[in-house]
Amino acid sequence: MNARVMIRFETHRLPGHLRRLEAESIEIMREVVAEFKRPVMLYSIGKDSSVMLHLALKAFYPAKLPFPLMHIDTTWKFREMITFRDETVRRVGADLIVHINKDGLAKGINPIHSGSTLHTQIMKTDALKQALDLYGFDAAFGGARRDEEKSRAKERIFSCRSAGHVWDPRNQRPELWKLFNTRIRQGETMRVFAMSNWTELDIWEYIMLERIPVVPLYLAKHRPVVHRNGTLIMMDDERLPLLPNETPKMRRIRFRTLGCYPLSGAIESDATTIEDIVAEMRIARVSERQGRLIDTDEAASMERKKREGYF
Amino acid sequence: MDMEAAPFVAEADGKDQLRFITCGSVDDGKSTLIGRLLHDSKMIYEDQLQALTRDSANQGTTGGDIDFALLVDGLEAEREQGNTIDVAYRFFTTPRRSFMVADTPGHEQYTRNMATGASNAQLAIILIDARKGVLVQTRRHSFICSLLGIRHVLLAVNKIDLVDYRKDVFDGIVHDYLAFASELGFTSIIPVPISARYGDNIVKRSGNTDWYDGPPLLDYLESVEVGSETAGLPFRFPVQWVNRPNLDFRGYTGTIASGSVAVGDKIVVAHSARSSRVRRIVTYDGDLAAAEAGDAVTITLEDEIDVSRGDMLASPTQPPEIADRFAAHLIWMDEEPMVPGRSYAFRIGTQSIASGSINRFKYKIDVDTCEPVAAATLNFNEIGFCEVATVLPASFDPYRVNRRTGSFIMIDCYTNRTVGAGMIEFPLRRSASTAWQPLTIDKEQRSTLKHQKPCIIWFTGFSGAGKSTIANIVDQKLFARSYHTMLLDGDNLRRGLNRDLLFTKADRMENIRRASEVAKLMLEAGLIVICSFVSPYKTDRDMVRKLVGNREFVEVFVDTPIDESVRRDPKGVYAKAKSGKIKNFTGLDAPYEAPNTPEVHLKTLDEPPEQLANRVLDALATQGIISMK
Repeated sequence: MNARVMIRFETHRLPGHLRRLEAESIEIMREVVAEFKRPVMLYSIGKDSSVMLHLALKAFYPAKLPFPLMHIDTTWKFREMITFRDETVRRVGADLIVHINKDGLAKGINPIHSGSTLHTQIMKTDALKQALDLYGFDAAFGGARRDEEKSRAKERIFSCRSAGHVWDPRNQRPELWKLFNTRIRQGETMRVFAMSNWTELDIWEYIMLERIPVVPLYLAKHRPVVHRNGTLIMMDDERLPLLPNETPKMRRIRFRTLGCYPLSGAIESDATTIEDIVAEMRIARVSERQGRLIDTDEAASMERKKREGYF
Repeated sequence: MDMEAAPFVAEADGKDQLRFITCGSVDDGKSTLIGRLLHDSKMIYEDQLQALTRDSANQGTTGGDIDFALLVDGLEAEREQGNTIDVAYRFFTTPRRSFMVADTPGHEQYTRNMATGASNAQLAIILIDARKGVLVQTRRHSFICSLLGIRHVLLAVNKIDLVDYRKDVFDGIVHDYLAFASELGFTSIIPVPISARYGDNIVKRSGNTDWYDGPPLLDYLESVEVGSETAGLPFRFPVQWVNRPNLDFRGYTGTIASGSVAVGDKIVVAHSARSSRVRRIVTYDGDLAAAEAGDAVTITLEDEIDVSRGDMLASPTQPPEIADRFAAHLIWMDEEPMVPGRSYAFRIGTQSIASGSINRFKYKIDVDTCEPVAAATLNFNEIGFCEVATVLPASFDPYRVNRRTGSFIMIDCYTNRTVGAGMIEFPLRRSASTAWQPLTIDKEQRSTLKHQKPCIIWFTGFSGAGKSTIANIVDQKLFARSYHTMLLDGDNLRRGLNRDLLFTKADRMENIRRASEVAKLMLEAGLIVICSFVSPYKTDRDMVRKLVGNREFVEVFVDTPIDESVRRDPKGVYAKAKSGKIKNFTGLDAPYEAPNTPEVHLKTLDEPPEQLANRVLDALATQGIISMK
């Protein structure tokens, strides 16, 4: 490494492409706080949320976060996720709103017997709409990225939802330069994807370089799993009914995405550090959504879910 | 858990990101090229590849081979369903660079889509089918790229396999392209013969074109020096948001649009021409000694000067233009045509300007020939040249100098749709030289002499709602308490100052603009100014509010239902309007936008005028403007 590079290395710890993405996300977040009355950050506890929260801390430093975090809890998240959530909120001094769809809970909706589609609809999509209405939020940050899935590739950064949280694909605004049209009418809300242009690899490299804490479930460890329909499902608690002849085995696994534990497929891995994950990512041969059971339910399901108000 | 990061980023350290757009129609192999780049840079995962192989057999157009186009297609089908899909973004990365590709679906919405994709791109890949050569659409694509400020072009002569890898075909196309592109101001044009389907000259140089001695396409993308187009320019910092966590800290947040800044540097606030020095450059990771274009930072100043969102901190020796009239190229993006003179909202950098209009429409541009064509307006997907007038002056640079500070969008005030995108060419009426002359005696001194706090009381409501009646009583009551007041009435102003104005939307806007400027002068004189105007548009009223500030603006909504106003009709105007003698009459064939949160809301059906006037006085007292002793 020559001297010139050394100096750059010291002034900017991050490589250029991450610095650019970071600055871009910070700009979007500030724009929302300047233009909306009551923003909220959807915090799902996963790696993308960890990065999003970290970016928000940077955007508003030295002020506290000028909006609350909100977690839509389906009551089926991994236990470690909830522990991590509460620790994180304490660490950064944020306000947290936890919203559960009580009606859905009362009706006994769950991912095992209701099926992933209904469970997701009631406990995530409907719950989110309930919560946005309840608190009167006019803008909500989400951590979705354009590289996640084919239909996300065309999503706007500022995605306008009409009253009733309907996403009308015909009524999305062109986004030129960094000039965002933030105007909404009474009852309309905005979903804001401040990390649209990040890729999964960017996320992990950033987590590594910025030393951002993430849920330990992302790192490989021996955990009890069952092999079901070609997917490894972790026994996070006794609510997961075992099929005949099924016995949980200890396998060295980790997760690429986290959600409701009966719907999250694990991968076998030896990656026990973030560095290992980045190294694994650089040679990864399977997309991250493969482990996500809700997407495979139906073809083009993401598009439909979004129209119904899913993030 | 162990969060220690190993210092092994060396590989990634110099890495940056290149954002580019691909231009070409469906048959040019655009999707195949993008799919090929994703595949050859190993961005396609096994599960996706399996699906692709399966789909290629079912729907592909490539015989038994993998059809890379299927990786990225889908946009066309969605467009047919009527969805507004302008751009899809794809990502791939190599050890040397990471890439973001703007992919735009074709045909009739092409201008809008391409402009959107090009607005954030540093480079364009222009695809040409080797069998067809330079077409009209090649010119169109190149012109739009040039207009949007792209300076680097990779000319991908695709399907070279279908012309037997012939050098003379390639050379002919390059010659034709350079002949017309020389006028478009590109800094570099690199032609590459490729076959997206077979991978010739994509990642590796192809043995089929041994006459070609340039780099393969990906090699060029990885190494092209696009430079930081904004680094060498004067310092520009549009203020996004004022960070005030406590009384001791007042920081201006934003992203440096161009140039650089260091602690101790002198800066000027573009609009007010006030200057100060940079005290600190604050970030979460610690203070910086200096920052440059692209950095999102928080700046604090040595002096307490008035700076808010929409202001721009700039180099004092090379400040930006400040003007409320400027000439610009405009791309129309809405199905409803542009209406010259109509009021639109503008976004210029972080400045939101509530109202502005196309003052003079000069001509539209035929994108196929790049020639000006006479026209009265712009339709969907058309590009034109026009003069823009805004109610407040804006700070900017010409777009060709600075893409960040020279661009704007136009928004329909009613539907909130983004209807236009503009690139400023030059200011028409500079306001910089006429920066507000500080008066030796200021407003505070003038009002102190009168023992009062000046303000504007703005009555809005339908004609016949009772505005003038109540305003008159308020005026008398204030006068009786020895306050110095002045009453401005819409009807009276239309007999003199505004007698040249009609009731069209543009004229209504101008009516209010003049009235508010007059009211502001009276405010400066220390008076309590009582204004009575129908003022049906929220943006117009907000414009007045913005002109004078919240503290000195009291909006009074005289809330009388339209039926009741028509019934009263004290001046007989509704009768005239109904008989067709007056057009665009508020409440009949023109809209009225009621205030959402007026300072005072008077319901005239409930109480007599005398009591309503007292409510206004109570509100003034509560706000500390008058005392009720």
